[in-house]
Formats: sequence, structure tokens, C-alpha cells
Amino acid sequence: MQPTVEVSHLGMKFNLSQEMHDTLKDYFINLFAHHQKMKKDEFWALSDVSFKLYPGDRLGILGLNGAGKSTILKAIAGVYHPTTGYVKKKGKLAPLLELGAGFEPQYSARENIFLYGSILGYKKEFIQSKFDEIIDFAELRDFIEVPVKNYSSGMKSRLGFAICTAVNPDILILDEVLSVGDKKFRRKSEDKIMSMFDGNVTVLFVSHSLDQVRRICNKAMILDHGHLKCFGDINDIAPIYEQMTQEDPEEIAKREEQARKNRARKLRASRKTKGRDIIRMTNNLGITPEQAMAALDIPEEKYQIYRDVISDIEENEGMLTKQEALKQAAAEEAEIDREATFPDEEEQQAVGDSDN
Amino acid sequence: MKKYIKGFFDYRFLLSELVKRGIRLKYRKSYLGIVWSLIEPLMTTAVLVVVFGALFDRLKDQTFATYIMCGRLTYTFFQNGTKGASKAIRGNASMIKKVYVPKYLYPLSNVLYNFIIYLISLVVLVPVLIISHLAPSLRMWKLIPAIVMLLILTIGVGMILSVLDVFFRDIEYLWNVLLMIIMYLSAIFYPIERIEKHHLMWLLHLNPLYCIINLFRGGLMHYSNSLWEYGYPFIFGLICFVIGFIAMKRKQDEFILHL
Repeated sequence: MQPTVEVSHLGMKFNLSQEMHDTLKDYFINLFAHHQKMKKDEFWALSDVSFKLYPGDRLGILGLNGAGKSTILKAIAGVYHPTTGYVKKKGKLAPLLELGAGFEPQYSARENIFLYGSILGYKKEFIQSKFDEIIDFAELRDFIEVPVKNYSSGMKSRLGFAICTAVNPDILILDEVLSVGDKKFRRKSEDKIMSMFDGNVTVLFVSHSLDQVRRICNKAMILDHGHLKCFGDINDIAPIYEQMTQEDPEEIAKREEQARKNRARKLRASRKTKGRDIIRMTNNLGITPEQAMAALDIPEEKYQIYRDVISDIEENEGMLTKQEALKQAAAEEAEIDREATFPDEEEQQAVGDSDN
Repeated sequence: MKKYIKGFFDYRFLLSELVKRGIRLKYRKSYLGIVWSLIEPLMTTAVLVVVFGALFDRLKDQTFATYIMCGRLTYTFFQNGTKGASKAIRGNASMIKKVYVPKYLYPLSNVLYNFIIYLISLVVLVPVLIISHLAPSLRMWKLIPAIVMLLILTIGVGMILSVLDVFFRDIEYLWNVLLMIIMYLSAIFYPIERIEKHHLMWLLHLNPLYCIINLFRGGLMHYSNSLWEYGYPFIFGLICFVIGFIAMKRKQDEFILHL
């Protein structure tokens, strides 16, 4: 059997410095400064990637952000020209990349279907025969003559999806497109993609969701900083990816430590506010601090903590004039209010602690 | 070569859609639409005839309107075609980023839609010729080589500009200045007799657009043209055309990195 997609030693080099000279001035400056700079700004988004896909293969491309997943799809789609190696394809290709981009905003849906279809290489008669199907699938029957610039982004993506999937392709390229539109349309588009699988179509699918990849694909590969880490059956690859995306325990510990510190800081701030309340109550109402604490529903075993807080406040703020003390108090309370607007559950618990 | 011609036929529907888009969008939302391609040259030519006719004391010369119309129509097409082509790659960036299509189609479609508008606007020459009391003659065959050479020249220059413009945005501004120089070197609105004896006259002969305009005038106003005026714009245009397509072929894979 002949492969439908053959990728051999594919490498994609991007030159970061070259991309920056957009004006003649920059160009001439760079001409002189180039030799040292060039090497440093080279960036290999993909290097030495090789694999073959046969009819019926559905490949899930996994990897962290910046691993080169979208780059490899674009190289296979022919948008990028490989720096090294080559990509061979056989059959009709349907690239579902960046749906909703590439429309002529002043054109209506009708005109865009013809323009976009012609870019995808469809024949005029083919578009005419599929026109109603496209419009109905995109659910845009009422908006055929409306310029696309007035469409919502969801409508645009739906139209893009409908046009791209109007053909029965031999190679289908999907870049996280199954997250298009609302839930209903998402299910519909997934069904449509699934129905294409019945044939001998070859699929390349990029997603961050391992579940989705498991559901759709029978093969998978993991990219890591542009290198092909592994390639094989989905059931072999999925555990490796799971392990890869598992967080470093040190990282988790660090984050927890940070959260603990935050909670403690908030607790202190909240106690200080309460302490001030107690001071104000004792001063204004002529009651003892204990009575004030009881009025504020503070449990008896925490009285000692609050006594310390109060004496601390009096020690530190006693020297301030009354106005300054009030201002400071107001500022601190405002900060607590602000933090309390988006409290984590944990933090709420912590703040609640002081009350019980 | 065969492969390229076959490729061209594969994409002819796309090319026709792109040309259609250019024409449609140009006059979208205007009441008169494509009729503007007739009215606009008539109106501007009327202004030029009055202003420069008075300035150069040519108001009594009935053929002055034809003289100006030939230059203006031709120059306007060259200007719109090359300007449109130079922006074509960047203007279609969102498509180029998604689907592989031979990149020359974008500037080419831009020149072609301007060419179609130009051909339509040539109709206005009929009333202008009547006003000028110029009868059609066999000399009008010169219009055919003139128009063909103009198209080749505009495609070639447009292609070169569109490649350069991807890498240097300055081209857009630089070309505006060059276009102005070309305009003054095309003798569009001043009578050529005024400067025929000038020692810088050779500059005009080095301007292929001037030669083409002169062929036009020779055909409509019944005077003969030199061999230079047939040969030079053709060779110049062909060289631009070849350079343009070679540059496009060599550089088109890099476009995506600069968009």
C-alpha cells in the first residue's frame, strides 16, 4: 500500500531577526550587523521529523504549547515550505486551519462560498451543486446576502467549517477545529468529521485534549520542541503523553507553599481589621475588649490571639494621629475587600477560620 | 514549463473569482457602479482640457481632448494596476496563511481586474473622437500592440513590486514618488511640441509608458510612430515580466515568514 502522507526529515527553520526588517532602513542596518546576529536568532520549529501515513490512519498530534504542532500541519498543508526534507501527499486535501479567517469581509456568504471554494481548488460546478448543503450546514440560510464583516466569529467559523468539509477529502487536516461554535454545532461538526472517517480518509488532528484524540484517532505522535518524540499506536502513546503532562512534584509543592503564605497573610490582615473594630468598640461604647469580642462572635479560645493583635496595633499605631490611623485602616480594609471579591474556596475557609 | 501552464489552467477559476472580486469591491456601494469607469475619465479629462488648454493656449485645438484622454487612460491603468499589485500579497495574507495557492495569482488578478476596467473605459474614446472630429482609420491597428505591451509591462512591474513589497514596506511610498516622475515623463497633459527641442527629451523616450501613449495617439490622431516606440516598450515590458515571474518563483516560499 502506498502512503497518502509521507514526511521525510522535515525541518522548518524560522529566522527571527529576518522577520523584523520590514523597512529598507532596517535591511541596510541588518546587512552590516547580520553575521554575528543571524545564528543566534535561528529557530527550528521542527527538525528531522519523519513518518508515513496510510489510508485510514487517523493521527493525533500531541505536544505542549510551542512544540510545533500547528507548524507541522501547515507544512503538510503546503502553506509552509520545508527548510529541509520533503512532504509528499497523495489525493485531495482539506485543510481546516484557522476557520473563519480568510474571508473577504465585504462579501456576502454567497460570494464568499465561491471565492473560498475556488481558493480550496473546488470547481465552479462543484460549488454550485454543494451550495445549499453548505448554507444549511452552517445554519446561515437567513444571512446569505449579509456581508461577512457583520457576522459573529461563531458564524464565520461555521461557514468556514461547512465550506472546508463540503468535499470528501483523502487527507483531512484538523487544527483544534472541533471547538467551533456552541455545543450543538460542536456535536454536529464532530459527527460530520466522524462520517468522513468511514471512507479511507487520512486524518491529521491537533488537540490538547487527550480524550478527544483517543476518541478520534488510532495513531498518535508526540512532538517536543520540534523533535518527534514518539510515533505509534494511540494506546502506546497516550500513557507517555499523560506522564509528560503530569506536573513536576516540586512545582506543585512550590505552588502550595505560595498559596499557604497568601492564606496566612490574609488571615493576619483580617484579624487586624477585627482588632481595630474591638479597639473602636471599647473606646466608643466603654465596654471591655472581651465583651467586644463576644459581640463579634469570636470563640473564647481565640481571645488570647486577639489580645495580642490589639496590643500589637496599639503599639504600632499609637504613635500615629487618629486621622492617619483611620486612613491606614481604610486602605487596608479596601485591600481586603478587593481580595475578597475573588476568593478561592481555600482562602474563604481560612478567613472564616478567624470567625469561628 | 508545461507544469506551470497546466497549473495555471487548474487555477483559472480562482483567478476569475479574484478578478471578479476586484471589480465588484471597487464599485460596491456606489449608485452608478461600473458606470464610474466611464464618467470618471470623462470628467477628469474635461478638467485637464480646460486647465491645460488655457495654460498652453490649446483650447481652439479640437484634438487636444483626444491627446489628453489617451495619456490619462493609459497612465491611470498603469498606476492602479501597479499600485494594486504591490499590495496584493499583503492584502491577501489571511488566505496565504491558510491554503497553498501560487502566489503570482494575487498580483496578476489585481492587474487583470484593473485591465478589464481599463478596457471598459476605452469606450469613452468614442465621444471624445467625435468631439475632436477624428475619423477612424486603418492606423487604429496600433492600439492592439499598444494595449498588449501595456498589459505585459504592467503585469511585469506589478509582479516585481509585489515581491519587493513583502520584504520592504517602503516600496509603497517609494513607488508613489516614482509614479509621479513617470507621469511627468509621459507627457499626459502638456503638448509634446513644447519640449521636443529640449535637451532632456531623451528621458521621455526612455519611458516605456510614453512610447505606448504615443502609439495610442499615433493610432487615433493619424501620425506615424518610430520603430523605437514599437520595440522599446515591448522589450522593456518583457524583461520586467520575466524578472517579475522569476523573482516571484524564487521568493514565494519566503512570503509567509514576512506576513
